[in-house]
Amino acid sequence: MHTPRTTLSVRGLHVNYGDHAVLKDVNVDFPDRRLTAIIGPSGCGKTTLLRTLNRLIDNTEGTRITGEVLLDGQDIYARGADVTGLRRKMGLLSQRPTPLPMSIFDNVAFGMRIHGERPKQQIAERVEYFLRHASLWEEVKERLHQPAGGLSIGQQQRLCLARGLAVGPEVILGDEPTSALDPISTRHIEDKFTELKERYAIIIVTHVLRQARRLADHVVFMYLGEVVEQGPAEQLFNDPQHELTRAYISGSIS
Amino acid sequence: MGNRIFLSDPTACTAEVVAGARLLAVADRVGPDRAWRRAAMDNLMRVVVAMFAWCMPLLLLAIAIGLAVKAMPLISTTPLMDLLTSSEWRPLKGEFGFLAFIVGTVEVTLIAVLLAVPFGVLSGIYLSEHSNTATKRLAVPVLDMLGAIPSVIFGIWGVVLIVPLVRNGIAPFFGVASTGYTVLTGGLVLSVMVFPLITQVVHEVVRTVPNGLRDAGLALGATNWETTRKVVVRKALPGIWAACILGFSRAFGETIAVLMVVGNVVQIPWNPLQAGYPIPALIANNYGEMMSIPMYDSALMFAALLLLAIVLAFNLYARRVLKRMEIRAN
Repeated sequence: MHTPRTTLSVRGLHVNYGDHAVLKDVNVDFPDRRLTAIIGPSGCGKTTLLRTLNRLIDNTEGTRITGEVLLDGQDIYARGADVTGLRRKMGLLSQRPTPLPMSIFDNVAFGMRIHGERPKQQIAERVEYFLRHASLWEEVKERLHQPAGGLSIGQQQRLCLARGLAVGPEVILGDEPTSALDPISTRHIEDKFTELKERYAIIIVTHVLRQARRLADHVVFMYLGEVVEQGPAEQLFNDPQHELTRAYISGSIS
Repeated sequence: MGNRIFLSDPTACTAEVVAGARLLAVADRVGPDRAWRRAAMDNLMRVVVAMFAWCMPLLLLAIAIGLAVKAMPLISTTPLMDLLTSSEWRPLKGEFGFLAFIVGTVEVTLIAVLLAVPFGVLSGIYLSEHSNTATKRLAVPVLDMLGAIPSVIFGIWGVVLIVPLVRNGIAPFFGVASTGYTVLTGGLVLSVMVFPLITQVVHEVVRTVPNGLRDAGLALGATNWETTRKVVVRKALPGIWAACILGFSRAFGETIAVLMVVGNVVQIPWNPLQAGYPIPALIANNYGEMMSIPMYDSALMFAALLLLAIVLAFNLYARRVLKRMEIRAN
C-alpha cells in the first residue's frame, strides 16, 4: 500500500488549565510508521499532550491552547480547521476500553455509518475485515449482534481497536491502552501494535517502562509539563543525555 | 492480645500519642466479649433494617386494602364493568359511572407529559452536555426551586395566566368558545410543574455517562450532536425513561393545581378545549361533603382505588420497559 507519509509535529505548544500550565513549550516530531512512546511520571502532561493531538482537549472547559500541531503540514488548531475530519485520522485507544452501548457489529460499523458511506453489504464485509484485523473475529463471529458490553475487557479493547481502524485513521493514539488489561490481553494488543506500525504512526502514553522498551522506536520523556528529552528508543534508554531522564529510567524518580 | 505502644524515646511522647494509647487500652479491656457483641449487633441491625424495609410494601398493601374495603359497598351492588364504562354520574339516583373521570385523568396527564417530556429531556441533555459551568450554576438551583414551589401557586398562576390565554387566545384560534377552564389548561399547568422534575432527573442521569464514552464517539469523528444522540443518550436511555415515568406519576396524582383550572364538569372531554374532571379533583372536591347520599363515600373510595390502580399498573408496565432498556444499553 502506498499511502502518503503522515507527518505529525508539535510546535511551541502551551496548554493552560486556568492558571496552571499543564504543557510548557512542547516541541515534538512524531515519526511515521514508528511507534512513539511518551513516558514520564504521572501528572507530567503525557495524557494532555495526547489529547491535544486529536483535539479531544477542546471539550475540557477552561483550557487555553497556544502553539501549533501540524498534521501533514496543516495546523489542526487553525481557525476553521475540520475537527471531525481530523479526529477521523486519529484512532484512539483509551485506558479502559469504551465499547459503545450497542452490539459488537454496530460498534465497528459506527464510524463508517456516521461518515455516511458504503452500502450495507460493504459495511458487513468491512466489519469482518477489521474484526479479523484486530484478531477478534474468531471469538465473536457467532455473537456479532450481542451487546459489546458482554465481552471480556481484553476483547473489548481489541474491539475498540477494530472500531478505530475501521474509520481509516493515519495515526493511532493509545492512552495507556493496556493498563486495565491482564498480561495475555496486553500481549495481544502489543503484538497488534508491532504489526500495525508497518502502516500507521502509533503514539502511546505509558507509565510502564518495560512496555516502552519492548515496543517503542522513538521515545519522548516528559517531566512537569515539559519535554525533557526525545529520540530513538535505543539511544534514550541506553545513553540518556539528561540527568532527569537517567534518573527516571533507573527508577530513582517515578 | 494486648496492644501496647513502645516508645524508643520517652521524651517524644506527645499528647496525641498519650491519647491514642489510652484508646487502645480501652479497646483492650473490652476484648474478651467484644466478638460476641459485634456479632449480636450485626444480627440485630439486620433485623431492624429488614423491618423498616418491609414497612414500604406493607404500607402500600394497607392503603389498597383499606380503600378496597371502603369501596366494597359500591362494588358489591354495581358490576365493575358498569362502574368503569358508564359515564352516568347521578349520585342522588345511585348511578356512579367513572368513565368521564378516567378519561379526564388520562387526557390531562397525557397532555402534560407530551408537552413536558420533549422540553424536559432536551433541557436535561443540554444542561449536561452543552452548557458551561456558569449556566449550570444558574439553572440547577432554579430547577430545584421550581420543584419546591407549592402546587397551589402553580394553580393560581394557571388561573391568572393560562386560563385567559386559553379563553382569549387558543380557543378562539380553533374557533371554539371556552371559559378557559379546560382539560388543555390543566395539561398546560401540569406540564410546567412536571418539566423541571424531568429536566433535573435527565440532567443527573446523562451526567453519569462516563466521559470515556464521549471521547470514544468524538475520536471516531462523530460531531458533538452525533455523540450525544448515538452514544450518550443511548447509554442513558433507561434513566431518561425513568425520568419520564417519574413525571408521569407526578402528573397522574397532582390535584390542587389541576382542580383549580380544569373546570370540574362531569363530562367526557371529547376535545381538550372542553372542561373535564380528573379523579384526584373529584376526590378532593367532594370528600367530606354530601356524605348523607348513600354510597357516595364508597364511590369516592372506589375513585381513589381506581387512581391507585392506574398509577400502579402504569408503573409496573414502565418498569418492564425499563428492564428491557437496561439490558439493551449494556
